[in-house]
Amino acid sequence: MWEAIRDNARRSRLLIGLMGATLVVLGYLIGVVAAGPDAGIFGALGALALWLVMLVAALTGGEQLVMMTARARQIRKEDAPQLWNVVEEMTIASGLGGMPKIYIVDNDMPNAFAAGRKAESSCVAVTTGLLRRLNRDELQGVIAHEIGHIKNLDVRFMTIAAVMLGSIVILADLFFRMLWLGGGRRRGSGGGGGHALILLVAILAAFLAPLFAQLLYFACSRKREYLADASAARFTRYPAGLASALEKISGQLVRAGKKREVQRALAPMYIINPLQAAAKSVGLFSTHPSTEQRVRVLRAMGGNVSWADYDRAFRQVMKGQASGIGARTLRSDKGVAAREPTSEPDARQKAVARGREAAEFLDRMIEFLIIACPCGVRIKVPPGLDREAVQCTRCGRSHSLPRAEAAAGAAAAGAPPLHYRRRGDGWETFKCACGQPLQVGPAFRGGTLTCKKCRRAIEIAGP
Amino acid sequence: MIGLIVLIVVVVVIGAWLIGMYNGLVRLKNQLKNAWAQIDVQLKRRHDLIPNLVETVKGYAGHEKTTLQNVVEARTKAVSAQGVEAQSQAEGELSSALGRLMVVVEQYPDLKANQNFLALQEELTSTENRIGFARQHYNDSVMTYNTRLESFPVNVVAGMFGFSAEAFFEIEDAAQREVPKVQF
Repeated sequence: MWEAIRDNARRSRLLIGLMGATLVVLGYLIGVVAAGPDAGIFGALGALALWLVMLVAALTGGEQLVMMTARARQIRKEDAPQLWNVVEEMTIASGLGGMPKIYIVDNDMPNAFAAGRKAESSCVAVTTGLLRRLNRDELQGVIAHEIGHIKNLDVRFMTIAAVMLGSIVILADLFFRMLWLGGGRRRGSGGGGGHALILLVAILAAFLAPLFAQLLYFACSRKREYLADASAARFTRYPAGLASALEKISGQLVRAGKKREVQRALAPMYIINPLQAAAKSVGLFSTHPSTEQRVRVLRAMGGNVSWADYDRAFRQVMKGQASGIGARTLRSDKGVAAREPTSEPDARQKAVARGREAAEFLDRMIEFLIIACPCGVRIKVPPGLDREAVQCTRCGRSHSLPRAEAAAGAAAAGAPPLHYRRRGDGWETFKCACGQPLQVGPAFRGGTLTCKKCRRAIEIAGP
Repeated sequence: MIGLIVLIVVVVVIGAWLIGMYNGLVRLKNQLKNAWAQIDVQLKRRHDLIPNLVETVKGYAGHEKTTLQNVVEARTKAVSAQGVEAQSQAEGELSSALGRLMVVVEQYPDLKANQNFLALQEELTSTENRIGFARQHYNDSVMTYNTRLESFPVNVVAGMFGFSAEAFFEIEDAAQREVPKVQF
């Protein structure tokens, strides 16, 4: 694993170096054009300074900014226990230093992304649409892919690369403005043939540098997606899970067509780029490899999940291209067998329940009240609804709202609330006066529990 | 004079290289220890979950005394087991006792619909997964460490400082390997 990161880091340095060289050369040429041959070095230094300033800004801004842009909300365990568990499982499987923070984005399009420059401050975000559609194995595959990004230090690397790309674009832009505004004056001073040549080279460079940097950036991004896929297969021991998740996500994104709403800046971070989901082929400007190829590679791995098996499957599908996994990693990793799928007879139901949990969590965030009707319908009551009770739309039962309930409870002394004092803060079981066994869990925070049989309120006191 | 400087530089470079290799091995070894500790953490987690599970099942299926008793006994044994071998055997037995309990539970639709039971079931599934993943990560770490140890020139340094290859986590008994497959 560490070997993989190191190989990865070496290639990353090469790419960063290339982009850095582009930046410096561009700076130098601009310096020469603006103030003569002696100023070239200052231009180069200026370009580096610009990059450093932007880098510091990007690295201190941090994950919170990304999460805010995505309108993601951080959850606790009781909000989506299964998602939480899956993330924790993958943290263990990957040997990541600390568990990433978990966020949910309220969007019906299934997708996921990770942010964080190091393991300790990393975050994983999934959409409610993803929770609603995937079963446990698929969810595990997606989370493993995201944790693979964190483990491979992709986020940090892509931030550095993106900032460099940004600096190059800004510099080129600056140069054209300068040329536009200062052009007249320079023409008057009458430069020689040499100067004209340099000017020509500089213009060409300013045109080509952003393009070149962009191509490098996208090529890098694509390689990293494959590597995260390979990591996911390695962590979960079950490549079919991620493969089927990718198919589901991409199918949904393509079907939704242009209707979906996406923050353009975040698009490359997702497990499948929502803006390029429908693209048939991989162009030079694609941030992700084609989903179809990713799925085919994962499916071609067969019953083995080691890095070497991913590489073999990759060569088979891509007709001999290298997967970008380092030679040392490939040698050291011996055959590792895949595991059986998790049996989950009512997978669909569970996924729906998970999606509902997430949606309810988001509703509670904006102070909606959720009432579970015994007939199975869940009623959402908006905050500040000025009514005594709401009626279930399916069975017609009337549910009194808490405000009204509090008043009614005081009046109806016939059914006094029962009391239960907790012994600790773990799981506890006790019996209601009507004989119904009830439990409170460690996550229980409310003051009262309603008995499921006699609907009496039971006051729960702390230990 | 120049010869001396060259000699010093060579010694320093070789020294730094050796230190780097040694530190690399220590890091891998620590990673290994952490991975091993993680297995224990997850086994402990499973032990902690069982009393709640037994309580919840009792509320609906109290007369399945023997099955419940078996689970409780297997847990007690697993908690007190000492040594890797005894521990892995006790954990195997606990897994199969849990498996039998889950088969029994199938006959109680009320229990299966209970919110708390569902939550516990998810916790148990996840715990079984975690134990599996923790073992898997331990074995991955052992593989990385052993490969590093065997490769030249690390093997020379490792021999000098007494690093030796670690054993993989394996369940020895073939029969036991089959039993712990718990399906929820």
